[in-house]
Amino acid sequence: MSTPYVLMGLLAGGPKHGYDLKRAHDARLPRAKPLAFGQVYATLGRLARDGLVTPAGQDQDAGPERTSYTLTDTGRTALTTWLATVEPPLPHLTSVLLAKVVVSLLVTDISQARSYLVTQRAAHMARLRELTALKADPDATLSDVIAADYGIAHLDADLRWLQTTLSRVADLNKEIAR
Amino acid sequence: MSILHARGVVRAYGHTPALRGVTLNLTEGEIVAVTGPSGCGKSTLLHCMAGILRPDAGEMIYRDQRIDTLSEGERSRLRRTEFGVLFQFGQLVSELTAAENVALPLLLAGTGRRAARTAALSWLDRLGVADLADQRPGEMSGGQQQRCALARTLVTEPRVLFCDEPTGALDSLTGEQVLSHLVRVARQQRTTVLLVTHDAQVAGYADREVALRDGQVDSSGFGVEVAGR
Repeated sequence: MSTPYVLMGLLAGGPKHGYDLKRAHDARLPRAKPLAFGQVYATLGRLARDGLVTPAGQDQDAGPERTSYTLTDTGRTALTTWLATVEPPLPHLTSVLLAKVVVSLLVTDISQARSYLVTQRAAHMARLRELTALKADPDATLSDVIAADYGIAHLDADLRWLQTTLSRVADLNKEIAR
Repeated sequence: MSILHARGVVRAYGHTPALRGVTLNLTEGEIVAVTGPSGCGKSTLLHCMAGILRPDAGEMIYRDQRIDTLSEGERSRLRRTEFGVLFQFGQLVSELTAAENVALPLLLAGTGRRAARTAALSWLDRLGVADLADQRPGEMSGGQQQRCALARTLVTEPRVLFCDEPTGALDSLTGEQVLSHLVRVARQQRTTVLLVTHDAQVAGYADREVALRDGQVDSSGFGVEVAGR
């Protein structure tokens, strides 16, 4: 899970309380899975327990008192180590998409397989159009564009892989039919 | 409202069929991507719809008028006044500056020199390359050349814009800039766009996608046989 490190990264610039952290998270990772306030406070609690962050004072701007947190030296070291650790590139070639396509190509009901593949491709293209429109919006922030680029690149890779897979299967079928 | 309709279009090169009965309807203001693998007939379809090639059979109807039966001269006039075509390499005239290149279609149509230059400068500005007005193509990057070529295509304010792999020769960020400009202007002008591409990311800019396979429309979208085993 990267949430603790994302929160520590957001604290690297200076102390923040939970509400600010949640807002900063949503601004920097606008298309990420939503992060609940409860999750922010629970994560801060665990980070404080482990000595990675520490309370840095209380704020009260016309509202309830809020505790700001700051990164400790241990936290800064943990963040640096996390950033320096290379993510294993695709250690396991598994995904629901991969499994479904393989199973589709194995099933004997060709029309069912065809229907799934065509519908899946259409869904990928629809999402690709959605993200392209989001990116091309003149009001898009840099974070929006970066997130959309990430999604578009992955959807494009899936589409290319689907296309190549079907071409391979078509070639194989032709060979068998000869 | 339909603006351009290809109905059962057939076209071959010698004995090699390129299009085998393609029907495609473009409505006013929409952006349609034609996709498919190499050799599927997508560029031939663009050439037929743009009146560059004459179909062997089938009909091409532009605003309720058959255009496949027009003479070469009439189709050429249609291309100059109603259509715009942008290829992978913008094909700017290397001896002319960007402004002169963009003004050229207007000058050929009889517009006065001053008015043509004013319009050319305005289009270069809309495409973010006004500062290149006095530069020749050899002094520009590929992306800058393609934006100037797009300005030259749009200066006559075509009703239908045909783009054949318009960003195929550009890196992804430069291609994105060209496409963003193209789509923004097309939306503002309500220009219909037929965008031929093999790239899903480019097709993502379109309102819808039509895939071809072996010269026919492929409803699966894949452009290859979709079969289970």
